[in-house]
Amino acid sequence: MNTKNILIVGVGGQGTLLTSRILGNLAVDLGYDVKLSEVHGMSQRGGSVVTHVRYGTKVYSPLVEVGEADIILSFEKMEALRWKHFLSAEGKMLVNTQESDPMPVITGSASYPTDIMEKLYADCKEVIEIDGVSIAKELGNIRVVNTILLGLLAQSMDIPKDQWIEAIKLTVPEKTIDINIQAFEKGYYHGINLNREV
Amino acid sequence: MKRLMLGNEAVARGAYESGVKVSTAYPGTPSTEITEFIAKYEEIYAQWSPNEKVALEVAIGSSISGARSICAMKHVGLNVAADPLFTVSYTGVNGGLVIIVADDPGMHSSQNEQDSRYYARSAHIPMLEPSDSQEAKDFVKEAFNISEKYDTPVLIRLTTRLSHSQSLVKTSQPDEVALKEYNKDATKYVMMPGMAIKRHVVVENRMNQITEDASKFVLNDASYDDLEVGFITSGIPYQYVKEVFPNASVLKLGMVNPLPKSLIQDFCSKVKKVYIIEELEPIFEEQIKSWGIEVIGKDLLTVQGEYSANLLKEKIKNEDLNLAAAETLPGRPPVLCAGCPHRSIYYRLNKLGKHATGDIGCYTLGAIEPLKGLDTCIDMGASIPMLHGIEKARGREYTKDWVAIIGDSTFVHSGITGLIDIVYNKGCSTVMILDNSTTGMTGHQDNPATGVTLKGEKTKQLDLPLLCKSVGINRVRVVDPFKYKDLENAITEETSIEEPSVIIAKAPCQLLDKHSVPKQNYIDVEKCKDCGMCLKLGCPAIKKSHGIMVIDDTLCVGCNLCIGVCKFQAIKKAGVQ
Repeated sequence: MNTKNILIVGVGGQGTLLTSRILGNLAVDLGYDVKLSEVHGMSQRGGSVVTHVRYGTKVYSPLVEVGEADIILSFEKMEALRWKHFLSAEGKMLVNTQESDPMPVITGSASYPTDIMEKLYADCKEVIEIDGVSIAKELGNIRVVNTILLGLLAQSMDIPKDQWIEAIKLTVPEKTIDINIQAFEKGYYHGINLNREV
Repeated sequence: MKRLMLGNEAVARGAYESGVKVSTAYPGTPSTEITEFIAKYEEIYAQWSPNEKVALEVAIGSSISGARSICAMKHVGLNVAADPLFTVSYTGVNGGLVIIVADDPGMHSSQNEQDSRYYARSAHIPMLEPSDSQEAKDFVKEAFNISEKYDTPVLIRLTTRLSHSQSLVKTSQPDEVALKEYNKDATKYVMMPGMAIKRHVVVENRMNQITEDASKFVLNDASYDDLEVGFITSGIPYQYVKEVFPNASVLKLGMVNPLPKSLIQDFCSKVKKVYIIEELEPIFEEQIKSWGIEVIGKDLLTVQGEYSANLLKEKIKNEDLNLAAAETLPGRPPVLCAGCPHRSIYYRLNKLGKHATGDIGCYTLGAIEPLKGLDTCIDMGASIPMLHGIEKARGREYTKDWVAIIGDSTFVHSGITGLIDIVYNKGCSTVMILDNSTTGMTGHQDNPATGVTLKGEKTKQLDLPLLCKSVGINRVRVVDPFKYKDLENAITEETSIEEPSVIIAKAPCQLLDKHSVPKQNYIDVEKCKDCGMCLKLGCPAIKKSHGIMVIDDTLCVGCNLCIGVCKFQAIKKAGVQ
């Protein structure tokens, strides 16, 4: 199989690392060679963060290169635009529309761009946007945003849904399993009309 | 069974499988997790040391007594440990001794991007460099074998990309390794001139022998395919070479010091055009060129930052990748967290118009907008002696506008000697120890001042006020940084007097408290005059949204610092009208 390239981006502290580890371990279970490249240390303190996930028959480099990502999952709107050039011509951009102001915007030395979605739609072959924070608030737990995004990612991947759910069960605290599965389903069926409540 | 492991976890597994008895370190990104993972093995004694020099010396003692020992640090940590490093090269080992050093090309979390291979060359110590997690584990085992076979410490060089990448690792059962007998031998372990002169000869012979044997080591792997173009490389850059040139001939160096001279000569005689792909300094290239071999390296490739597959495509294949450019966007630098006790310090120092010599830790982030609270950052412990230097150059009146800023762990690492220097040499500096009860930036490790060991056991807690008093500081005061009047008074009073002083600003790292569900503050829009004072705190939770000031309830932890800053009482605790 050709190597699959996935970039998970966001703001330090949002949980991008955990999402990439769940994906990486699922790919291992499917028998692929897998490499993950993570960000630890200073950048985690609210900085722009990126995790690279690559899997296939044989993977050498742990890095997804500019122009080669099959999927970018962005936990924050502006970060999607920051990493957009990593997406391949055929690639898919998954965006959580949450806005997080970086310090230059907070101090007024820069403005948060207002044309992010227009640029994404103009330059990416496929864009799926999701308001993860609102969905999480509806579910009654703001902390499940990353599980909703995991569901959205799963929707675009050829890994059976059951396996994602098993992975969630192994990862989250036991008493939050139910709400995390609900959150996953919200993301997994996002934009899909099932004529039923999920 | 294979499973995903961080490079750092794989090193830890390698230590376990090698029968390591003692493991030491001072935390430093990107090396920290090595020792955290080792600590999970009950069979291994593992500890944080106050600094890297002490860590290495503990490991040397353990090795000489007969146990396999491992010591890990980041690249700049090896500067601190350089003193014992150069001489343990002379003594050699008894039980195997492996020193892990993690370089940081690209400076993800460091103040420079020095190349540790120079240490291996100048200290005459063999150095291995793995290229994925499996090798990280295997090379640790091989390093112990080399260490004991050739009676030498062995360095293993990692880089951030290796340490913090995960790839598949096949584990095996640990080796049964017995303690070696200890024999008192001053000619080997007491490095006075008379003995050291003789040991220097041993070191030279040892390195000559390893150089000769290195061409046969399986660590160094020559694979021949296309004989027109070939590469000599090591570590993570090997992966980029394989990604871009699957059919090229490749000499992969698992041992990066000493170089396998005859193997390299042989490779270069068979392959027409040879490129050297090494991140940071031209260490292979200069040595190989000095043997009269023509190779291509830094003429094409930079000495700065990390390499990538695309870089090789552009520079070596001359491919026009026609890559989309990155958007120009507001940067997103790391920031002090919402609720961080350090924020208050910088806000008050700004208000009082103070300069500050700074140090290494989370609090270095106080140097950037909008707090801009630091004037300098050089290395661990530098804040204190640097302020003393400023005072000696420009006089006490001048330094009444200055303080030195250092964290609790950094103070223990190498701040205390600077403080002793101030007392001894009659300085009057004010030192602020920001005691947040942890080693924060590297991800919350314990240290002597927290009173807990790496294994999670309670231990004698270092009493920082008592320590400062005992070296001769009469004026030591402990303040709560969130009580801003106390803090302001302390800074004003201590910087105005004619004797040295220490202010310990004590409040735990906000991230340590993972259980409380805080009540978030809010801004009363009726009272807010839009003066922007609260934005000067540089708190990520306070921002202007659609023209009004708001507090982001997903980030605010209710530290209440902003309440004290607002002149119009517009910021309120949740639930308070």
